[in-house]
Amino acid sequence: MQTLSAARVNELRLKANDVRQGIIRSLVAAGSGHSAGPLDMADVFTALYGYLLRHDPANPEWTERDRLLLSCGHIAPVRYSAMANFGYFPVEELLTLRKFGSRLQGHPERVRLPAVETTSGPLGEGLAQGVGMALGAKMDHKDFHVWVVTSDAEHQCGLHWEAVMTGAKFALGNLTAIIDRNFIQIDGSTEEVMPLEPLADKYRAFNWEVLECDGNDMAAFIETAERALEVKNKPQVIVAKTLAGKGVSFMEGDYTWHGKPPNAQQADEALHELQAERERILAGA
Amino acid sequence: MRSVEGRPDAAAEAMHLVDYRAGDLKQVPTRNGMGEGLIEAGSRDRNVLGICADLSESTRFEGFKKAHPDQYIEIGVSEQMLVAMAGGLAAVGKIPWIASYAMFNPGRSWEQVRTIMALNETNVKIAGAHAGVSVGPDGATHQAIEDIAIMRVIPHMMVVVPCDAVQTKKAVLALSQAWGPTYLRFGRDKSPVFTTEQTPFTIGKAQTFREGGDVAIVACGILVYNGLIAADQLAREDGIEARVVNNHTIKPMDEDAIVDAARACGAIVTVEEHQKQGGMGSRVAEILAATHPAPIEFVGVDDRFGQSGDPAELIEYYGMGVDAIKAATRRAYARKRATG
Ligand SMILES: Cc1ncc(C[n+]2csc(CCOP(=O)(O)OP(=O)(O)O)c2C)c(N)n1
Ligand SMILES: [Mg+2]
Repeated sequence: MQTLSAARVNELRLKANDVRQGIIRSLVAAGSGHSAGPLDMADVFTALYGYLLRHDPANPEWTERDRLLLSCGHIAPVRYSAMANFGYFPVEELLTLRKFGSRLQGHPERVRLPAVETTSGPLGEGLAQGVGMALGAKMDHKDFHVWVVTSDAEHQCGLHWEAVMTGAKFALGNLTAIIDRNFIQIDGSTEEVMPLEPLADKYRAFNWEVLECDGNDMAAFIETAERALEVKNKPQVIVAKTLAGKGVSFMEGDYTWHGKPPNAQQADEALHELQAERERILAGA
Repeated sequence: MRSVEGRPDAAAEAMHLVDYRAGDLKQVPTRNGMGEGLIEAGSRDRNVLGICADLSESTRFEGFKKAHPDQYIEIGVSEQMLVAMAGGLAAVGKIPWIASYAMFNPGRSWEQVRTIMALNETNVKIAGAHAGVSVGPDGATHQAIEDIAIMRVIPHMMVVVPCDAVQTKKAVLALSQAWGPTYLRFGRDKSPVFTTEQTPFTIGKAQTFREGGDVAIVACGILVYNGLIAADQLAREDGIEARVVNNHTIKPMDEDAIVDAARACGAIVTVEEHQKQGGMGSRVAEILAATHPAPIEFVGVDDRFGQSGDPAELIEYYGMGVDAIKAATRRAYARKRATG
């Protein structure tokens, strides 16, 4: 396990702040799209692209790269913003989000943007594809790792659990699922719409290695992910507890921000708050 | 000079349409008609249920949930469960309306639809929301443009695609009373309202919205409006008089109306917000090939996927705008003249 310096953590937190600002800018330019999930996963995506993944933005189709799948495609703005901020394409391109002809489709499409690995949006299909990739890697003795980011409400899809079962059958140690456990979905709280708890126990019962952490704490998440990577004999899941809309006070914890963008004034406010947060990080807070 | 009956406007008057040429038509999404119709259906019959898979607001089931909380069920992101559970509820006497985006139900749940709803003959009603490319910025993953094809090939299935919000409400009420598995397709974006409370609606009965003897534009869904506008412009610009048929029931299709249009007009243009392959137009072609062959031009998406964009921009880009319909109509008319 590598040791993560405080300076490196701060650098990543600043990057996550850039990612959040990119999310807000792209959403307000698009005039539609999802706010809450992307914001709450900014730390996880920054940790992945900035620290955990073996990847090369200049060579996105490098065959030995780790595979990162975004199963819940509606939170694409966080992935796009992280990709732009880590050099996959110019940050200005974020302003084409959801526009006609853009590579940044409302839900990610591999054919238009190969580095997203797969097309997603219809929920519950990512982990199954991750199982296929991890199994293929094992068959060919490749050592790349497969990461799948899933939302919590995706755990209401039958296919997702078929994938959980299959991942365990093939003891896929090269597969890590990350759950955006923000407790929200479109119609309200996950526990009211269709209760998911005890979620971690369900994975344990399916023979997965289960780790839990605060998905908005950069150091804690990276430390947890590194522990997951040490497990070689079964697939791992990180239940990353996040705060929906994290970083923008008037969105935080509010499910109604699942599927709408900020208007111009709200975006200004959000960027103002994020800028203040940035200064706090710079001041070492 | 045509007879009064043949006057283009006579059909619109008989159908109690509002003047669709007026620039200030009310714009209402067809999904609003879904919501209003369901509330009324739920009051008329307490066995009518509304079941949602985590999309109550955008499918417009929210109003039903408020009006009839005891008849409402939320099941989360589980479209296969939605169909299968509804089959069980129907088996014990309920009339479940089940809602998601058309892409996921019947898109994801198709085999359950075929087996549990149709082969098993249960009284389940699918509300297929966000159909067509007019979903807009969500992009191809969310734009159902194959749903008519996959539903119309299932035996016993009723498939209805109403032309505006007012007609959608009528369709919900009619389908709630018609026993059997049904699929109602509607859209997300605002679209012009040009039918009225007085406009008749019967499942399986196509409607002539404009008279004309040169060519027939047979359309369904929100594109019926584009068909009417195209017909009016063609009359002014080319002197071509097109009959416009609102072919809202894809299954069972009004075969008499289709054959009559072919006999009277000699050429057909089909218009739908769907792949050209396998949809409403394909059914029209099947009927005419077996009865009264005539030149047909198909307006729809040509074997491609949609993408992100504004609804109007996408309708134009994928060849379903007024100009595309006019061009197809001219082609159909020319083919008829060349062969006739
Ligand atoms: C199969 C399928 N059904 C329905 C939808 C519509 N939909 C988009 S996001 C979502 C659920 C949102 O909850 P969650 O996945 O937890 O995301 P969050 O709101 O936390 O970002 C639904 C039902 C979909 N994309 N795919
Ligand atoms: Mg969630």
